[in-house]
Amino acid sequence: MKKRNFLVTLFLSFTLILAACGTSDEGNADGDSGEEKNCEPSDDAINVAMVTDVGGVDDKSFNQSAWEGLQAYGEEYCLEEDEHYDYAQSTQDADYEPNLNRLTGQDYELVYGIGYKLTEAIEKVAGQNPDTNYALVDEVASEMDNLTSITFKEHQGSFLVGVAAALKTESNQVGFVGGVDSPLINKFEVGFEAGVKSIDPSIEVDVRYAESFDDAGKGRQIANSMYNSGVDIIYHAAGGAGNGVFSEAKDIKTNDPESYVWVIGVDRDQYDEGTVTVDGTDYNVTFTSMVKRVDIAVQDVAERMMEGDFPGGENIEYGLSDEGVSVADTNEEAYTEEIATAVSEWEQKIIDGELDIPSTHDELEEFLNNL
Amino acid sequence: MSVLQEIIPSAFLFAAPLIFTALGGVLSERSGIINIGLEGLMVMGAFVGIVVNLELAPFMMENFGSTGKLLTPWISILVAAIVSALFASLHAIATVTFRADQVVTGVAINFLALGVGLFLIKQIYGKGQTDMVDAPLNSTDIPLLSDIPFIGPIFFEGTYYTNWLAVILAFVVWYVIFKTPFGLRLRSVGEHPIAADTVGINVNKMRYIAVMLSGFFGGIGGSVFALTFAQNFSHGTISGQGFIALAAVVFGKWHPLGALGAAIFFGVAQSLSVIGSGIPLLENIPSVYLQIAPYVLTILALVGLVGRAESPKALGTPFIKGSR
Repeated sequence: MKKRNFLVTLFLSFTLILAACGTSDEGNADGDSGEEKNCEPSDDAINVAMVTDVGGVDDKSFNQSAWEGLQAYGEEYCLEEDEHYDYAQSTQDADYEPNLNRLTGQDYELVYGIGYKLTEAIEKVAGQNPDTNYALVDEVASEMDNLTSITFKEHQGSFLVGVAAALKTESNQVGFVGGVDSPLINKFEVGFEAGVKSIDPSIEVDVRYAESFDDAGKGRQIANSMYNSGVDIIYHAAGGAGNGVFSEAKDIKTNDPESYVWVIGVDRDQYDEGTVTVDGTDYNVTFTSMVKRVDIAVQDVAERMMEGDFPGGENIEYGLSDEGVSVADTNEEAYTEEIATAVSEWEQKIIDGELDIPSTHDELEEFLNNL
Repeated sequence: MSVLQEIIPSAFLFAAPLIFTALGGVLSERSGIINIGLEGLMVMGAFVGIVVNLELAPFMMENFGSTGKLLTPWISILVAAIVSALFASLHAIATVTFRADQVVTGVAINFLALGVGLFLIKQIYGKGQTDMVDAPLNSTDIPLLSDIPFIGPIFFEGTYYTNWLAVILAFVVWYVIFKTPFGLRLRSVGEHPIAADTVGINVNKMRYIAVMLSGFFGGIGGSVFALTFAQNFSHGTISGQGFIALAAVVFGKWHPLGALGAAIFFGVAQSLSVIGSGIPLLENIPSVYLQIAPYVLTILALVGLVGRAESPKALGTPFIKGSR
């Protein structure tokens, strides 16, 4: 009996140790903290830190992007990592609050919570620490003087990739694969559909949800069904489930390099995900990507706080006009000059305020009626 | 016809990793060891499969050209299976030798696999997830068989060899469990270990073998899943497939062919929930009902409504030599 308890304890503590290893800061991959700097940290620069969600600081998505924003901020004002700016990694949902508290305790003046999952934790911690400022990315938090919410106008970026997709499709059928049917992902869906229909209302948009951000199997089944039914371009906003869309498109391409299938990536430029080599020739199924510039937003809020203009209690929405969202043009072969020109024309219209992009289903209906 | 052609390949594709893993579950549980750790074994398989594939692909492609590219995923799967078998031996050591609570160690296996996987990815690549592999499993038409009218296009066109390997293995496992002396011993230690012991069967050895085999199969399942669907490894690559496989074991009544059927049934249900909107009969059924159908049926099977699901008698009880 004793032996068994001991072993179970050993097992569990082993997992704990490993889990703990994940959270410890292993130094930044660039390793630039060691090199000498020939500048002095600016006096008015503030100390900033961020807490990742379970994706981790190098998730190739918004956590990573946010950290790059902090690094850029640090570089600009000649700050030291660990001293003036830092991050804390969360490996499970229960880590958010302790991480936020720890960074608050280390006298960081501005602490970011990256991802909607941190909403509750950051609201609680912000309520308990009125002297520290907090910023939540990707979700609107309740109003507090020391808490600001950073969101993105994903519908604008999605509108533009919708325009591009409409110009690119040959079958006049495009698809959208969402992660979970929620107001946030609906913004992607609605913007995309509006963009497609603005070019040609007769193009069909097949919308399906994987009901998961992780299940690549589900994503792939949906993509398989869509491509089978004649869809030639799929825009995914489904995180890891979107990998399934890529693997399906790549499999089709592998079997028939002539086939006309495309994927539109999300959050960051997913060009690398789309590469496929058939008989020594390189192809890429990533047509373009809807890029969310979390780094720009993060840096911007830090700078506003430096200037004494912390937007507490507000919700700042970053859109096309402040480069918060953009369209990737890495795949030049697919994303032709012609398409790029058309997209930038629409972009200008949105920036100039001539065009209001819908972000909910109701607004979409109205938008389509006015076309 | 065209509907079948759409549903079956997609269902089959989704079912293949579940079949492998469920077979592992059957072997382990038939010997009397509960294996909640299937999810963890799949995670380990996915992790090793992806890492080996990433590391090996450039070398193989350089030296063997396109043949090397075709071979790479198979080598990755084999290595993943072996490593997962070794990993599963932890479960065996804990539950067989030290008689630890089988459910608790199984849960620990799940946590440990993900922890080890992510930790090592971080150490090796310096980031939280790997890149996508260059040499994934790809679909092909199986020669000759795909020319059969009607059946060919549904089952053998654009399919994966791993799908058929899964089906063949299910029959192999069935044969081994029910038609060979080894299988009889395996079942006897799961039903009545004390009786088995008195006739000279080494109960602990049998259980070790069974649990490690479950690791082997779970590793295949995980790596096949990762190499066909996600094509990279991150915290969410295996998200519940191991538990679905576990449900398939129960729903299949601890029988290899039952598990095969259950896994395919789960695949069909999921595939219908995805494609259903295009099928006249199903378009009025909310897809959520199709999605939950497998789990509802599993619960019904457990409470005895869909036939009686009877687990091996000694499942979950450690064997103590000399006790009665």
